[in-house]
Amino acid sequence: MDMLLRQLPQQLVNGLTLGSVYALIALGYSMVYGILQLLNFAHGEVYMIGAFIGWGVFALLVPGNTLLLPASVIILLMLMAAMLGCGFLGVVIEWFAYRPLREAPRIAPLISALGVSFFLQNAVLLTMSARYRAYRTGLLIPRTWGISIFGATISFTRILVIVVAVLLMLILHHLVQKTRLGKAMRATAQDREAAAMMGIDVDRVIVVTFFIGSALGGAAGVLVGLLFTQIYHFMGFTAGLKGFTAAVCGGIGNIPGAMLGGFLLGIIESIGVGFISPRYKDLIVFCVLILILLFRPRGLLGVKVQEKV
Amino acid sequence: MSTKPDWEQFGKDEWAAREEARLREAEAAGGLSFRLRRAWKGVDTRLKLLVALAVASTLPLFVHNPYHMRVAGLTGLYIMLSLGLNVVAGFAGLLDLGYVAFYGLGAYTYALLASPQFHQHRPFWLVLPLVILITALFGFLLGSPSMRLRGDYLAIVTLGFGQIAGLLLLNLNRVRLPFLHLEKPLNITGGPNGIINIDDIRILGYTVETVSGYYYLILLFVALVFLVVFHLDRSRIGRAWRAIREDELAAQTMGVDTRRLKLLAFSVGASIAGTAGVLFAAWQGAVFPSNFDVTILIILYSMVVLGGVGSIWGPVSGALILSILPELLRSPEVARLMFYGALILGVMGLSRRAKMRGLALLGGVGVLGMALKVTLTALRPEWFLQPELKLSVARSTFAPLMRALNWWMLFPRDSRGIGNAAFVLALFLLLGVLRLKGTAQYVLLVPGLYTLAFVWETRLVEEPSVTRMLIFGVLLVLMMNYRPQGLFGQRWVQRL
Repeated sequence: MDMLLRQLPQQLVNGLTLGSVYALIALGYSMVYGILQLLNFAHGEVYMIGAFIGWGVFALLVPGNTLLLPASVIILLMLMAAMLGCGFLGVVIEWFAYRPLREAPRIAPLISALGVSFFLQNAVLLTMSARYRAYRTGLLIPRTWGISIFGATISFTRILVIVVAVLLMLILHHLVQKTRLGKAMRATAQDREAAAMMGIDVDRVIVVTFFIGSALGGAAGVLVGLLFTQIYHFMGFTAGLKGFTAAVCGGIGNIPGAMLGGFLLGIIESIGVGFISPRYKDLIVFCVLILILLFRPRGLLGVKVQEKV
Repeated sequence: MSTKPDWEQFGKDEWAAREEARLREAEAAGGLSFRLRRAWKGVDTRLKLLVALAVASTLPLFVHNPYHMRVAGLTGLYIMLSLGLNVVAGFAGLLDLGYVAFYGLGAYTYALLASPQFHQHRPFWLVLPLVILITALFGFLLGSPSMRLRGDYLAIVTLGFGQIAGLLLLNLNRVRLPFLHLEKPLNITGGPNGIINIDDIRILGYTVETVSGYYYLILLFVALVFLVVFHLDRSRIGRAWRAIREDELAAQTMGVDTRRLKLLAFSVGASIAGTAGVLFAAWQGAVFPSNFDVTILIILYSMVVLGGVGSIWGPVSGALILSILPELLRSPEVARLMFYGALILGVMGLSRRAKMRGLALLGGVGVLGMALKVTLTALRPEWFLQPELKLSVARSTFAPLMRALNWWMLFPRDSRGIGNAAFVLALFLLLGVLRLKGTAQYVLLVPGLYTLAFVWETRLVEEPSVTRMLIFGVLLVLMMNYRPQGLFGQRWVQRL
């Protein structure tokens, strides 16, 4: 027990890092769900493609072992490219797979989303092969960099991941709460028809929402690549489910809820890994998902939504 | 005829009232295909089943290749699985994404009770009813807490359950129980190595061993499942399921016990999947966790959706098409023939009202290809291969196609890199085509189709398994967008 307690700070740090990534993925689910009541199954794949775009930029700017640009610029470019690429990918998915089905029975967009997700996975398998690709994070951020507090070592990569994720969330929060666009998004989430009648271009709001949500997913992909250094075509599936779990945990459709849920889930998973067994970490997460859905389907911060008949 | 999509008119009284007129219109316009469809509807389903079974049972007489017989048996299993999935997702309209878990549960139960894993060798006639009971019970257990959830939440909970089942299969190979002090960890499922040496099925003193023996056994079970599903569909229960699917609240108001019926749908679907699992385990002689993963789930959904959600022949035809088609893709020559055939038929079908346009389009693709071939091979001959016709191909019936292809298609030396780039380009071009309107659409379609054919030649033909998955993904999206009711499905009434 004593040993476990000594591990606790380290596990909490790991949990926070993991959680900030989950929170970023969860935001994508939550924002889309808030506006369209649509479960975007393909979001996990968007995150995976983000990781691959980041890897592509890295491979371009670091031929061999020499950096063509300063490390900080490279990381920034990786993030920017992944966010832009994934943002556009999200918009394209919305155009082709969801928009025509907006008034169709609810099972239709879900199956369509399954199809998109399967297609993207296999498109990456076709073009990139099933090989694992390595993020050589060690070239950008020396492994020895880091600080230690309370017996926990925090590597600089982890600090970077947390800082970037929190920064993105703050920007999002400002955007949603303080700008005209954010106001339009909130109005559309509340009542699409009423928002349209008030002169809000609902289609544009939906496109922007998909762009932002997918861009956050892309950033999460790059951050995970930097953190765990290995990416492959199937990584989006589990991560997507976990991101969704985090979104549901905090109350889907609720932006602060998604952040809270992400951090919570990351910490639960890390503690599970540390105290039970790494073999069962995914199992723990899915059990959390099911328990939450069964006993508190609206999540921690969710509000009861009146069902329209 | 209105140009609006059909679903916009659902739920409106005029639309329902015009049913007769629409039928007459369709008869006048549809011609042969309409008459065929009506003739098909006129025959009793049980008679059609009998004929289909008679045809299917002659298969082993003229197919001697064991691999082809395996494909046939697998097709039978897929038909069973899609029929079961159709009960849950089609009749009752519950999006069950944990369906494959029951398939796995059935297979692993048989594997544990009839293999050297725990030195149990129970007979098939004992295990099968047990599996049906267990899977029905698990279906009930999965369904009962899910009753509070709707639509997408239900989907995600069942997906979670399915994932948990898969992870358990993968990880229950080194179990340490807290109270029993075992010398070594208990190996239940064999982990990624699965369970092997599973017993063959013995019924009435006769052991099923050969591929064709299993084929007939599977055929028998397909027929049984089909009859069960058919009679359920026609009964009170089937009508109640449809009522729940169309409008749960209205069904409840009419006195339908929605809770009990939804649970029944889960249980029936689960036990059909479990039965298929038992057959699969005995037939393959081994089970592995990867036999029951998400890929199978997607394949099953593609089958049900292609055939038509909620109809009875839909899943059967969907399973038939989607298990035979990918096998044809394995031979590059046949795959080529099918690809170009589909391309030409697709273009002509889409431009039915303007045949000249379709022809111009195909001509444009041909001219573009030849122009590219001539200029690029003249400018940079070192970039391209001159493919020699393989002797086997040169003598076969495919030779003219291959020669024609060589006039028109570029074969780059670095087929991988350029093919991958072309894949992305083709995606952009074709998506662009879908977004544009009018002449621009046709103009962009020419390079789009050529790039698609180029990708097909350089990448897709070489990797049939990935190609198959890509086709399934696209199929799901396209079906949902353009023909959500599938090939045989009834249109769903849309709630407004």
